[in-house]
Amino acid sequence: MSEQADVLESFAGMSLFADLAGPQLEAVAHTFDEDFFDQGTRILRRNFAGSGFYVIIEGEAAVQVDGKEIATLSRGDFFGDISALLNELPSADVIATRPLRCAVLAAEDLDGFLHSYPTVAIRMLKSMARRMRTATAWRS
Amino acid sequence: MAQLNERPYPPGEYPVVVVGTGPGGLQTSYYLTQLGVNHALLSADEQPAGMFQRFPFFQRLVTWSKPHAPVEKTERRHEWYDWNSLLSDDPSLRGSVIEFMDGTSYFPSRPEMEKGLQAFAERAKIIARYGCRWESTARDGETFVLTTSDGEYRCGTVVFAIGMTQAWKPEIDGIDLVPHYVEMKSAKEFAGKRVFIMGKRNSGFELADGLLPWAKQLILGSPRPAKLSIITHSTSGARARYMQPYEDNALGGGHFVLDAAIERIERTSDGYRVHTSGTTKPGVMVFDVDEVVAGTGFTTPMGDLPALGVKTFYQNRLPAQTPYFQSATVPGVFFAGSVTQGSIGLKKYGIPSNSAAVHGFRYNARVLAHHIAETRHGVKVERPSVDPGRVVSYLLDEATHAPELWNQQSYLARVLNVDRARGITDEGIVPLQHFVDSWGSDAVAITVETDGTGDIHPALYIRRNASTEERMLASNPLNDFSTSEHHGELTSALKPLID
Repeated sequence: MSEQADVLESFAGMSLFADLAGPQLEAVAHTFDEDFFDQGTRILRRNFAGSGFYVIIEGEAAVQVDGKEIATLSRGDFFGDISALLNELPSADVIATRPLRCAVLAAEDLDGFLHSYPTVAIRMLKSMARRMRTATAWRS
Repeated sequence: MAQLNERPYPPGEYPVVVVGTGPGGLQTSYYLTQLGVNHALLSADEQPAGMFQRFPFFQRLVTWSKPHAPVEKTERRHEWYDWNSLLSDDPSLRGSVIEFMDGTSYFPSRPEMEKGLQAFAERAKIIARYGCRWESTARDGETFVLTTSDGEYRCGTVVFAIGMTQAWKPEIDGIDLVPHYVEMKSAKEFAGKRVFIMGKRNSGFELADGLLPWAKQLILGSPRPAKLSIITHSTSGARARYMQPYEDNALGGGHFVLDAAIERIERTSDGYRVHTSGTTKPGVMVFDVDEVVAGTGFTTPMGDLPALGVKTFYQNRLPAQTPYFQSATVPGVFFAGSVTQGSIGLKKYGIPSNSAAVHGFRYNARVLAHHIAETRHGVKVERPSVDPGRVVSYLLDEATHAPELWNQQSYLARVLNVDRARGITDEGIVPLQHFVDSWGSDAVAITVETDGTGDIHPALYIRRNASTEERMLASNPLNDFSTSEHHGELTSALKPLID
């Protein structure tokens, strides 16, 4: 299987893109760039401008603040969403803990992308809500 | 004329072997020689710059070499106005492509480019073994063993400057029925025909633009909307000079630029049937056309490098690389030329480096040669001292004029090291990613950056106590970053570092 088919098939298997029909899924797969980051590479840099929205196709990454790991990410997870949506600098570093292949969209393009594919926006919102529920579980 | 038995670099053992004599291989070999690194330069072609005998198909490059630039071609600054000539520290070797341009365009034709590069190779006395094809690669402990058409080469360091010039097609039913860009017939054979062009990047638009005077109808199709350089502020977008078909589409002139996933292609009695599904506007579209051409891009002829352990990405079209262009997975294997786009850097605002083209990768080659010379062959490259009183004006002058920073924005940086005991030293041009993530001591780096709005400004990276802070300086309507406002801004930003 070629890696191109792999990207498309990876997207097809991700809940984020589960509501897209075939041609839309193909357009989405082409809309993102594909980048590779070797183990140990910093992908998102805290307080650096010009970052992106990343969806993990393969591999693992750690979210770090001041060198302390606060979360791990793997296939199907996304990051860079908050800084892209709020047009703010990233508040954490993300570092590849295993060789990492990501689909990448420039932060500036995320708004337009979500307007074009509202079902992805809903899926993303639900995922972010789950993240928030976990983060605020202490309240209940 | 050398006899056959006098060909240089016979098979044997060398510290470094460079494969390829396109501009990337020539530039790397030139600087390795300048740095005193013994190496063999091998080429499957019979002469340098062989690619430009074939591509681009419609005769002219998309990279400018301005015949009447604001500065003389012997000056370093001129490199910003001449994207196609190779670099040299010797002013007399600079701007070689411009010498051969006939003045009808500021984009060189294929023959002009080829002559300019060949003149550089000849004048710089770059020696290569031509007609020697790299066939396979193996390892013997720390040594790489390259089997070629002339025999076996052994080396501890190998640089592949093999170009991203091999035809690439996506997996689509029936795509094998249609020719790729590299198999294109002459334009006049498309006279009066209806033509479907797969792809809306530069090669697709180049074909469409070249066929405008001939084809009766052109349909360009691919899943995602076209990205245009004038919108994305990047040379990776389709270039303005190929935009006539796009304007025709916008004005309803009869040619079409469509966002459609191509499902399959069938042969018919008098042409082809192309089955597509709209993406930005859903719906099935079927086209009966006379000709189909796949302008679907290129891949790197990787040979057996993946079997050696070289990790690839981007549909296996590029080798993954470190900031210094070394394979991410096989130390000792390096890359030069357009393949260095596999070292992606920070890719700020989604804008890639210019490493796909000569004006970007010629600087990568110089950085690579210095890196190989210093880290693998013990060559000591001088780091000049910089007077603290000169730092601000020097950095602002670099941001305004340095061709490395303009051609490789947010990718290559000018770095000054700051050491309490040794003072301030000029570390030269350094990959920005290496600086922000791995630099060992207090230092400052400056780059030129175009942000997501198209604003062009200097970006400053200040490294203190193993942490890097990013600071943007103001833009200027005439891209002059040496104003008193910039002096004030930079002086204030550097105060904690060099006071």
